[in-house]
Parts: sequence; structure tokens; C-alpha cells
Amino acid sequence: MNQTKTAWAFLAPSFLGVIIFVLLPFGDVFRRSFSETITGRYVGLDNYNTVVHNEAFKQAVYNTTRFIITCVPLLLVLSLILSVMIFNLGKHKDLFKTSFLIPMAIPVSSAVFLWKVVFHQNGLLNALLSKFGIEGCDWLNTKAFPVLVFTYIWKNLGYDMVLWLAGLNGISSSLYEAAGVDGANSWNKFWYITLPGLFTTVFIVTVLSILNTFKVFREAYLIAGPYPSDDSIYMLQHLFNNWFTSLDIQKMCAAAIIVAFVVVTVIMILQQVDKKIGGEE
Amino acid sequence: MKKLFFGCIKRLRIGILIIVALLMVLPLWFIITGSFMGTGEFQSNFQPVLDNTTGKVSWPLLPVYPTLRSYVELLLDSPKFFVVFWNSCKQVFPSLLGQLMIAVPAAWSFARFKFRWKKALFTLYIILMVMPYQVTMVSTYLVLDRLNILDSHLSIILPAAFSTFPVFIMFKFFKSIPESLIEAARIDGAGEWRIFWNIGIPIGSVGILSALILDFLELWNAMEQPLNFLKTKSLWPLTLYLPGISTDKAGITLVASVIMLSPALLLFLYGQKYLEQGIMVSGLNE
Repeated sequence: MNQTKTAWAFLAPSFLGVIIFVLLPFGDVFRRSFSETITGRYVGLDNYNTVVHNEAFKQAVYNTTRFIITCVPLLLVLSLILSVMIFNLGKHKDLFKTSFLIPMAIPVSSAVFLWKVVFHQNGLLNALLSKFGIEGCDWLNTKAFPVLVFTYIWKNLGYDMVLWLAGLNGISSSLYEAAGVDGANSWNKFWYITLPGLFTTVFIVTVLSILNTFKVFREAYLIAGPYPSDDSIYMLQHLFNNWFTSLDIQKMCAAAIIVAFVVVTVIMILQQVDKKIGGEE
Repeated sequence: MKKLFFGCIKRLRIGILIIVALLMVLPLWFIITGSFMGTGEFQSNFQPVLDNTTGKVSWPLLPVYPTLRSYVELLLDSPKFFVVFWNSCKQVFPSLLGQLMIAVPAAWSFARFKFRWKKALFTLYIILMVMPYQVTMVSTYLVLDRLNILDSHLSIILPAAFSTFPVFIMFKFFKSIPESLIEAARIDGAGEWRIFWNIGIPIGSVGILSALILDFLELWNAMEQPLNFLKTKSLWPLTLYLPGISTDKAGITLVASVIMLSPALLLFLYGQKYLEQGIMVSGLNE
């Protein structure tokens, strides 16, 4: 009983803030998603209907999903390979780690100037390609999707690598020694010890990587503005931002509820998968 | 033969690592060297991109005629830059201070006490932590409007101060303090507050620093919130000011970039251990 009181005393400031700044307003958003903004009249699922049939919304959902499905597996695999490569590197391990983490420190806005110089029609990438006799293109306006994928990988590779390294640290070295005695080669060890040992890490790395995909909006917005000329990168983030600019509260509320619902569902599914696989171990 | 094969693999591994590392660091190198280019050199290098003229852009690994002119121009002749820099500080540091005062005790509560609804509450905190900004932006806007603090520094600070992310990171560190240590203090008659203050905070300081570093990187680069909640341009932070510099002054952009990224870089040099541990615990399952 006493413990409960103390616990709440420590938690209260934070929880009050969460109630005032998140829970109550989100409840309000939920209510508004079923009503008309000005009159406050209950309109049932009308707002949801409008949103779901909105062409921009459909395209944004498609692009966002495509982006997540392309980026996240790619990032997971690349960062895992890197972390395995770096894991038992004695010397220079820290130097490599620092280099891979550096992109986290580079401000989005300066990255954007660089990207212009690199990916412009007359930019560095095309200059490099032409040396190999390959015809370049105006990357930012015609191939914005791969450029954004590259940006995301560049920015998050170090973060995910450190996450994997934590997982690798958690695998007991005696397992490897025992396997070595039994004559297992590096590949066997990786396949039968390392990968199964990383199952619990996969869940959280995936969740955090998905969350980070939403942050590429910064680069996308600064490079291409609110309505990118290459519409393959018109994402949910753009849509929310544009509806916000035009104060389309009704649509935003319904869309926020939909996205929140999807996010919670995805987390729950990943958690169940994680439990199932982890449970078999 | 086998030895030779593994020797090759090892070399190949180092080779790949070096190439990837260079790719990661090259942008930083470009920004720093570019900031020392004079206007003439800058123009001749980047004109094909900035003015869409023909020819290809080039970026020498080192400036041919290094100069501090852009630095002088930005630091002495652009009073606006200081306002913007100060805006960034006014938004980031109070947010961090707020997180410190709010999240540290909350994390302690989750890590050290048993109480009803704890599990449900903690799950709620995790869900809020991973919610993309776009989901909560309407609700945040509505509450800021209700509180009448839209278009002020507070509209950035208050929502950030109650972020649940640092609670989650610090929780992991507080959780790892052995129970026996706290039991011993209790037997010695120490009150809960003293245990928190004299044992929790010193031992958990690594976790607190880790969370602060991760949050600093996030807040220092925050773009969505100021873009949505600050209408008055004189309140804008660096993140919004930098892209607005006209292209003929791109040299200044690079200097501003260098200044903007130097605090983050210093954190990397002196706090990488904390940064890494912060990232690591964010990935550990309970």
C-alpha cells in the first residue's frame, strides 16, 4: 500500500503530462473523428469514408507502405552484416563504430544541400557515372524514391548496427567454443548460434526501424517541398502536413485514428511473432 | 591454402568496412571543407548545380584557397543567425531539463516499485514512444491551441518534456541496480527519496546521460514541430533557418551547418560510450 503511494508520487508528474498532452487530446481527436468540426454534429463514419476514398490518402498509404517494406528489411540485413563483421574486430572497432554513427550528427538541412550537389543532373553522382560511360539522370526529380531509401539507410545504419551488437554481446561465447570443438565452421556457427540468438533483438530493431522511416519526411520535405514533383515519395507525412496547413481537422482526426490503429496492430503482431519464435527456443 | 583463404577474407572484410565507413563520413568531410571555400571557388565548383548551368559540379577533397570569409560573414555580419541559434537553444535545453525532472523519477517508479496497473501503464508508455509524430500532431495542436501557447517556444518545449522515450531508456538502467543494494539502504533507515537521490541517480547516471544524448540529437534536428507550431519566423530554430538561406549564399549555409553540427559532434567525441549504451538498451527486451 505504502509502496503504491511512493510509486505514484514518482510517476505523477510524468503521467499527468501524458494525460494532458497526449491522452485527453487524443480522446478529443477520437470524438472529433466522428463529428463535423464546426457544428460538432455526430456524423458517424463519414469522415473515415472521406479519408479512405481520398486519392491523395490512397497514394500516400501506398507509398509509405512501399517505402517501409523496401527499407526496413534492407536496413536490417545490411546492419546485421556490418555488425557481424565488426563484432570480433579487435583493433579499430571503435573507430568504425564512430564513423557509422556520424550521420546521426549531421543536421538534416545540411544533408539536403549535399544531396543536391550529389544527386543533381549536373551533380557528383552523374559525374562519376559518366566516367563509366553510364548516362545519369535528374535523380531528385525522377528517382526520388531510391534516393530517399539511400538516405534512410545512410542515416540509420549505425544505430541499427549498435542494436545488433548489443544482441551479439548477449550470446554466450561458450556456445561458440563448444561448436568449435565439435568442428563447426564459421558459417555453421552463424546459422545455428548467432541467428537464433538474435531472435529477441529482431523484434525491437524492426519496431525502431519502422518508427525511423517516418523521420525521412524531413529530408523529403526539404528537398522536394510539400508536393514532390516525383510523387513516388508523397507519403503519409506529406499528407498530414498538407492537411495541417489547410487545417483540415476532420480528415486529420480520422486519418490519425486509422494510422494509430495500424501502428498498434503492427506492434502487437510483431510482438506475437516474437513470442512464438522466442518461446520455441 | 586454408590459411591463405581466411587471410583473404579478413582483408576483404577490412576493405569493405573501410569503404562503408568512408561513405558514411564523406558528407561530414564535404561540409567542413566546403565551409572554408571562398566565394569564387564555391561558385566555380557548384555553379552547375546552383544555377543549373551546363558542366558538372566538382568538390575537391581540400579547398584550393582555404579562407575564413564565410565564417566572418556569418558570425559578424548576420545578426539573424544568432537569434536563430539562440532560438534552437531556448527550445532544446529547457526540453532536456524538463525531461530530466519528469522522466527520471517516472523511470525510477517503473523500475523499482510494484503497483497496480504498472504493466498496462508501461505498455502505454512504450506505445506512445513508438507512435510516429504525425499521429499525435493534431491532438498536440488541439491542446496547444486550448492552452493558448501556439506560436511560442513553450509549444515546442512542453510536449517534448513529457516524451516517454527517456523514461523507457532510463528504466532499463534503473532496473539493473541490484535490489540488495536498495534493501540495505532501507534497513539503514534511508527514506525512499534519499534512496532515489543517493543511490538511484548516481548509479543510473550513465542511463540518464544516454537518454539525454539521444534526445539532444533528436531535438536539435526537430523540424516537424517548429514547422507546424511556430508561425512567427523570428521564433524559428536552426533546422528551419538553414534551408531558407538563398542559394547564392550557400557558403554561409555550410558554415551554419558546421556550427549546428559541432555540438552533436562534440557529444560523439566525449559521449560515444553513453550514446552507444543508450542505443543498446533501447534494443534489449526486458
